Amino acid sequence: MRGKTNTKKIEKHHIEDMVGRIYMSLCVLLLIVIIVSMVYFVASKGIANFISGEVKLTDFLFGTKWAPEADTPSYGALPFISGSFLVTLLAALIASPLSICAALFMTEIVPGWGKKLLQPVIELLSGIPSVVYGFVGLSVIVPFLRDTFPGQGIGVAAGALVLSVMILPTITSVAADALASLPQNLKESSFALGATRWQTISRVILPTTMPAIMTGVVLGMARAFGEALAVQMVIGNAPFVPRSLFESASTLTSVITLSMGNTTMGSTINNALWSMALVLMLMTFVFVLLVRMLERRNKI
Amino acid sequence: MQFRKSWIMALALTSVVALSACGNSNNGGNNAAATNTPTENSGSGAELSGSILASGSTALQPLVEQAAESFMDANSGVDIQVQGGGSGTGLTQVAEGQVDIGNSDVFAEEKLKDADAEKAAALVDHQVAVVAIAAVSNPDAGVDNLTKQQLVDIFTGKITNWSEVGGADQAIQIINRPSSSGTRATFEAFALGTKTEDLQGSVQEDSSGTVKKMIGETPGAIGYLALSYLDDTVKTLNYDGVEPSVDNVVSGDYPVWAYQHMYTNGEPNEVVKAFLDYMLTDEVQNGDVVELGYIPASAMQVSRDVDGNVTKK
Amino acid sequence: MKPKTADKIATTLIVFFALLIVAILIGLLGYILVRGLNHISWDFLTSAPQKIRAGGGVGPQLFNSLYLLVLTLLITIPLGLGAGIFMAEYARPGKLTNFIRLIVEVLSSFPSIIVGLFGLLLIVNYFDLGFSLLSGAIALTFFNLPLMVRITEQAFRTVPKAQKEAGFALGLSKWKIVTSVLLPVALPTIITGTILSAGRVFGEAAALMFTAGMSSPRLNFSDWNPLHTSSPLNPFRPAETLAVHIWKINSEGLAPDAIQIAAGASAVLVIMVLLFNLLARYFGRFIYRKLTASKRIN
Repeated sequence: MRGKTNTKKIEKHHIEDMVGRIYMSLCVLLLIVIIVSMVYFVASKGIANFISGEVKLTDFLFGTKWAPEADTPSYGALPFISGSFLVTLLAALIASPLSICAALFMTEIVPGWGKKLLQPVIELLSGIPSVVYGFVGLSVIVPFLRDTFPGQGIGVAAGALVLSVMILPTITSVAADALASLPQNLKESSFALGATRWQTISRVILPTTMPAIMTGVVLGMARAFGEALAVQMVIGNAPFVPRSLFESASTLTSVITLSMGNTTMGSTINNALWSMALVLMLMTFVFVLLVRMLERRNKI
Repeated sequence: MQFRKSWIMALALTSVVALSACGNSNNGGNNAAATNTPTENSGSGAELSGSILASGSTALQPLVEQAAESFMDANSGVDIQVQGGGSGTGLTQVAEGQVDIGNSDVFAEEKLKDADAEKAAALVDHQVAVVAIAAVSNPDAGVDNLTKQQLVDIFTGKITNWSEVGGADQAIQIINRPSSSGTRATFEAFALGTKTEDLQGSVQEDSSGTVKKMIGETPGAIGYLALSYLDDTVKTLNYDGVEPSVDNVVSGDYPVWAYQHMYTNGEPNEVVKAFLDYMLTDEVQNGDVVELGYIPASAMQVSRDVDGNVTKK
Repeated sequence: MKPKTADKIATTLIVFFALLIVAILIGLLGYILVRGLNHISWDFLTSAPQKIRAGGGVGPQLFNSLYLLVLTLLITIPLGLGAGIFMAEYARPGKLTNFIRLIVEVLSSFPSIIVGLFGLLLIVNYFDLGFSLLSGAIALTFFNLPLMVRITEQAFRTVPKAQKEAGFALGLSKWKIVTSVLLPVALPTIITGTILSAGRVFGEAAALMFTAGMSSPRLNFSDWNPLHTSSPLNPFRPAETLAVHIWKINSEGLAPDAIQIAAGASAVLVIMVLLFNLLARYFGRFIYRKLTASKRIN
């Protein structure tokens, strides 16, 4: 009697275990299917133009003229690619020092209430939807730039400013984590040597945590590179490599949002837009690989 | 605990499956309704039933939505869904049979070219309204009228200051549309008469609201807007001395206008036809069309074909 | 410069920049709320938008946003829990696990516009679901799933090893340990993470423009049969969410009070995100207390 129930119980457990395992493996499998099909679909659309010979790869990547509706259409995407890199780098340049200061404030200067104050601020900033950033950018930053600098306010600078606020939380939270995980004795021995706080920060803390902080910067840049609506609303969307920071320019994402709905699937211009989506996707891989490399360095 | 958990998981999974299942049945019903009804039409009294899916131009969407609502009020058996997505999306989807009606700002032939030309040939055009486009400037530019040549010079970058066309001494700032835009295609074809290349530093916005906002706020700005968007924040410019008014468009004196098209793939079935007919009734043409700032297609005293040839009716 | 002076200057700068960030947030929130709040009323939150007249509301959009969130979570949570638990408890360290982790990372850093375009291609056109709530929910799932996997995995990893070992010592099966020992302990963290990610889903627009559509058909709020086309619950209708509505109204709004509506809708959106944040904190703590307390009694 006793033995019987026991075996039954074990069997039930086995089945449960198996079902659970199968279910979870399916979930993971689904993840793999999603990513594979995503890469496949975007890539197959993205390379269609190059395979059919409508557009040459070199013309696409290095051509500076985007005139898809002209009588002799040209599909140069360099203005968009360079625009994307430009706003991303600028945004990272603006946001990184701010974020590192915020992280230092939270962990080194006033560890107690500094964290209590900034943590929710960071979380809220990252929670504000990108359309709201775009809306505020258009109604605050653009008029401000128009009044203070030459140009129409709209342009690369406005895009970079909006983006920099959007990536602040990403960089800050990664940097703060890195600073917090620093062994306490490292700091203490520096203080024991009579170093001031700034000497400790600049010569001990920042150098040791730099790879980790850079991880945050790269993650922030990945976000900036892929952000669409907020940038599109303030950057002006002229398909040219900008000559100044206050001139209208375009990014990969902005031209895709602008033109995707206006073009028919399968047309050359539509496929060119997919090629740009493919570039975005490849850049995502690059960013992820960069993060991985930095993390590996961090471990050593 | 694990019981409740597995319950919830199971529930969620089944609901997902169930949802996707009824999706199929829904679509099936859709097609069935579309193919079954036409046989039993017996004049005006017959109760229509079926569903219509339309997608495409965001400029035309409000009109179709509004007309669809009153059409559904009158025919409770009909269900109409109107989606946006842009003219290109609408034409793609109607050509591939995913929707019943594709809304477009431009002739299908202009979007479906070369390899897709035969797709365009299969589409049947229904012109339901006319949109006129006016050149507008920032109110401080100090100009009331621009000739065709002046406009061309401005949009090709030959004229860069308002003083050159008799206005204030202010740099001209072009607020253009992206080259894929239907509004831009119309403006270039009928106001400029030539395609223009994008100018370095020009601003491009696809949406009329943003264009209006930018022109109103930016000193020296020039751009173009559909008549329905015009108000006091921007200055409407006469074209070759002709005021962009509804009357001038209807009479054919003001040339910068384009049809709003509703395309069907082949001849429409009964339900779709009834709806398209309804779009052309006086009730809609003089009601919703006018109210939403379009010009009734039925009122036009001139007509224009795909190549831009205008004929008096 | 003396080290002491340098220290003082640096400290001042750091404090200044940190406070600047706080000021940016306060400025942002203040701007949005001040401009939007006086436009928010019960009527604004419940009535349908007007196309050309003033006085339209955001009722259907608000409902769509919430409903879409529910649909998304219904799909994401079971899948994310499954994959996350697998990663934390079952996957053996090795090439495959590493590869899966890479996939999760890549998927979570894909730009949302890519997710939207993929959704347009595969779900909307290929599977022929059209612009619909379901298409939107699936696209958002692609977007939210990696986050959910990571949250679950991290939550499971923070459970003390001793708990698991005690379970093994009792001769429990792995599945039993996962569901009745580890899951309850990890649950508060998972719930907090889920609610925070829900805030992100709530504000997403780029992925939805191409999948859930930008139109809002007339809804009949007395018809709750999900199979009826005018029913708010029908997952096959196109649905414009609040975030997409802000985008659309900013660009194509014909109503004379479009700017105020955009401001009001932005304020509503931000308030909702604030609520999600508060809820995540409060709920996480509440569940934690509840679970740990009930443990002690047992």
